[in-house]
Amino acid sequence: MIRDETRARIDAEIARFPRKRGALIEALRIVQEDLGHVGLDAAAAVAAIFEISIVEVMEVVSFYNMLYDAPHARHHVGVCTNLSCALRGSREMLRQLEAHLAIEVGGATPDGRIHLGHEECLGACAWAPMMRIDDEYHEDLDLESAKRIVDALD
Amino acid sequence: MHAAPFVTGYLTEHCGDDAYRTLAGYRARGGYEALARALRELTPSETIALVEASGLQGRGGAGFVTGKKWSFMPEKTDGPKYLVCNADESEPGSFKDRLLLERGPHAVLEGILIGAFATGAETTFCYVRGEYATAAREMARAVGEAREAGILGDDVLGSGFRHDVVVVRGAGAYICGEETGLLESLEGKKGQPRKKPPFPAQAGAFGRPTTVNNVETFAHVPHIVANGVDWFRSFGTEKSPGTTLFGVSGHVARPGLYELPLGTRLDEIVFEHARGVPNGRKLKGVIPGGVSMPILPAGQIDVPMANEFLKERKTSLGTGGVIVMDDSTCMVRVASVISYFFRDESCGQCTQCREGTAWIHRIVERIERGAGRDEDLDTLLDVAGKMEGQTICAFADAAAWPVQGLLRHFRGEFEAHVREAKCPLPASFEV
Repeated sequence: MIRDETRARIDAEIARFPRKRGALIEALRIVQEDLGHVGLDAAAAVAAIFEISIVEVMEVVSFYNMLYDAPHARHHVGVCTNLSCALRGSREMLRQLEAHLAIEVGGATPDGRIHLGHEECLGACAWAPMMRIDDEYHEDLDLESAKRIVDALD
Repeated sequence: MHAAPFVTGYLTEHCGDDAYRTLAGYRARGGYEALARALRELTPSETIALVEASGLQGRGGAGFVTGKKWSFMPEKTDGPKYLVCNADESEPGSFKDRLLLERGPHAVLEGILIGAFATGAETTFCYVRGEYATAAREMARAVGEAREAGILGDDVLGSGFRHDVVVVRGAGAYICGEETGLLESLEGKKGQPRKKPPFPAQAGAFGRPTTVNNVETFAHVPHIVANGVDWFRSFGTEKSPGTTLFGVSGHVARPGLYELPLGTRLDEIVFEHARGVPNGRKLKGVIPGGVSMPILPAGQIDVPMANEFLKERKTSLGTGGVIVMDDSTCMVRVASVISYFFRDESCGQCTQCREGTAWIHRIVERIERGAGRDEDLDTLLDVAGKMEGQTICAFADAAAWPVQGLLRHFRGEFEAHVREAKCPLPASFEV
């Protein structure tokens, strides 16, 4: 389940903290990078490394928005819908993206390419509307540029 | 990468310059001289006294006096003490810490090191919100450069002082900006805030004495050490000294960051710096400090942006996130967006907050839909009143205040929704 290389990265994280458990969130991120999500089997393997119960791992996974307990599409497209972005048309943009991708917010394209979600404030309020794709911010968007960026994803 | 501010001051004057992100570029502009001075000329307690005398207040929202917070750390301990740099900036409308992390990471790091020297901390955990990938990368790069140059490590600048910084990433939860929620998350747990006492200075990260400060707060510190208390107090008001970073967003012609002295008037920020409301629209209201802070109607923004003045208008500086709304804006929709956010982000451990945020959103949403009832407005105020001051952390207060503010100044608009059984402002932004 957990490859040697992944395990080595987790061990390097553990070494940065005064207590092993401190590295749990980073370990889950690493596992998710490798497997796409943290399912029960992966949680069990992580629980064994950290010497905690599976439920303790899963309650952390379910608490944080960026950790997924079910398979997630290859790219996470998240449109900010909090106030500063909403005032500048982010809801219309999200609705248009739903139509463009033929999926609803919270869903994924059938080919597993794109998950479309909405996000709370991402700290780019002056460049609204904006969206986050994986680890990248895309700011000052309009309907056309948003569609173009999404279409360019592999 | 974050765009540089339109108006700069001592914090941000070099933030438009790419070289400033590197150690060489930072040093060429006087970087780490304040740290060297503190290590050479001051004792830890003198450093705390200097920062306390400057009157610097925390820039993360609560505005507590930084030097006082540092003084709570026990001097002698039987193990390590920790510092935490709170880089979990998540207050809707705020985007200033991201600028500092991405475009001036060494300035933040220098402030951290002075704070660590003052409090005797052996390690700083810099907790960066999960979505700020670029900021975390820049901070980690700066830490690596500083370590290589002997600015971090076993012998900071040859002084014998030992310190290291560990950059840690969150994974998406607003509540981790609350200092004890952050500490839980740092320990690899759900970010549910802790009951106090014990306070972090007694038992914080991993059970050790800990002080948590905001990114911008740290960035002010080197300037205070380099230029002195009188210089720092020449900016801002008597009670709220220094500059701060105002992030202006929403319906303005020039949204962006503005570094201005505390006490700058809100109408000057909106109309002069951010160039007013575009498209021939009129101003309707302004949230002065991120969505947790109560709104001010257009007629009340002739107020200096400092807590001692904002308090008189029943609001607060918060994190300096100024959100501007024109006269097309439906205030019930504003309440809906804000209450959805708090419902979604409540950590769920206190009943008043978990249930209260859900009920506030449910009621606001039905008013907006045209299904509101006559008693709904009073119910909203009743629920909000029962959340305030009743929970482990300030999140419930932050969820109650915006609704109270909107009803205080725009009650007629809520009543019109109920009376007409529809939204009277159909041209407003979509929710």
